Amino acid sequence: MSKDFARERIARRIAHELQDGMVVNLGIGLPTWVANYLPSGSEVLLQSENGFVGLGPAPLPGQEDPDVTNAGGQPVTIVPGGACFDSAMSFAIIRGGHVDVTVLGALEVDEEGNLANWMVPGKMVPGMGGAMDLTVGARRVIVAMEHTAKGKPKILKKCTLPLTARQQVDLIVTELAVIEVTPQGLVLKEVAPDTTVAEVVAQTEATLIINTVKVMEV
Amino acid sequence: MSKKLRTPREALAKMDNGATVMIGGFLCVGTPETLIEEVLRKDTKDLTLIGNDTGFPDRGIGRLIVAKRAKKVLASHVGTNPETGRQMHAGETEVVLVPQGTLAEQVRAGGAGLGGVLTPTGVGTIVEEGKQKITVNGREFLLEVALQADYALIKAHKADELGNLVYRRATRNFNPLMAMAAKTVVAEVEEIVPVGELDPDEIITPGLFVTYLVKRGKKDE
Repeated sequence: MSKDFARERIARRIAHELQDGMVVNLGIGLPTWVANYLPSGSEVLLQSENGFVGLGPAPLPGQEDPDVTNAGGQPVTIVPGGACFDSAMSFAIIRGGHVDVTVLGALEVDEEGNLANWMVPGKMVPGMGGAMDLTVGARRVIVAMEHTAKGKPKILKKCTLPLTARQQVDLIVTELAVIEVTPQGLVLKEVAPDTTVAEVVAQTEATLIINTVKVMEV
Repeated sequence: MSKKLRTPREALAKMDNGATVMIGGFLCVGTPETLIEEVLRKDTKDLTLIGNDTGFPDRGIGRLIVAKRAKKVLASHVGTNPETGRQMHAGETEVVLVPQGTLAEQVRAGGAGLGGVLTPTGVGTIVEEGKQKITVNGREFLLEVALQADYALIKAHKADELGNLVYRRATRNFNPLMAMAAKTVVAEVEEIVPVGELDPDEIITPGLFVTYLVKRGKKDE
């Protein structure tokens, strides 16, 4: 499966989790793709932590406004009804539990719902940006990531990298599976039509609780 | 004519080596590039810089990093400027990475007369190292102390002659917070309008916070 195909599938599946009226923050990278798969007329309100709600699609070429970018610095638009604010209010929205769902990428996730996505000591230390606040503050945290990295599992018994937040992840969506984080552990809810439960288990280091597993809608 | 209007050179004439400087902007959106240009020109060194990120090597705070003007940087993200990472790993510049919401609140607290804030962000991560943990109603919080600066270099869209400021779109970010937290606040603006032209309801930063105004793109002769 190509990387783009995998990412598109993940984004499509996560779009089903978002409902009209929700305030949603999409992280940089793969999570931003989720917006492409919201149904037309969707009333999901997207928050951009650099300072507004009502994040709209990319502008047409030539119509970029240098004052309107997403948190990754890319040109975007603000939909009618959008609102601008400063960083303190932006993070009051995030930390204060006013964001219903955040979708974030991950380097590692573990059985306790711990998330590591901000640094690899000695190699990559970009900083956490808004990720720690989003993970702690959003009411529901969905991790969007490929199931493995270079063939190695990313869903682990225990994260090895420095954490972004402790016990905050609620749902993990990969190109192979949908996994819910519960107090009992990770529950395998869905597997993709082109894989099997056994294959998902083989590519996951963490223990998966398996009861009723549905086929993932892709 | 505004009594606060200065050229970049006049506005930053008293900025000394070793100053603590807050700089507004988010990946260079809402960053006062004309003021950064002047800091570069006047060769001010050993600065402690506080900003959301370190921009890009050729834009925003990134230019000060590349020119080695900072001895210490507080930012939430430095990934868009590889030079910051290089200086951090080489031990040339001290880089303190702070969660973005925490940084915003530390700056706000600095301007609001507070000693700091209690945030759940960072609990159980390396961010909590060396910080006081306080339990309120059974939940753990980190005490994050307030930040203040000698200078805040901010960017607004429009000012009136008294220094009342309005911002445009996503350029607001840290600017209004920094405007409250520094001894000298220099606002770089696109336009200065006569007093009375801004509706009091639309003003985001009251002019009482603003020491000097500088027109964006203004060059000293």
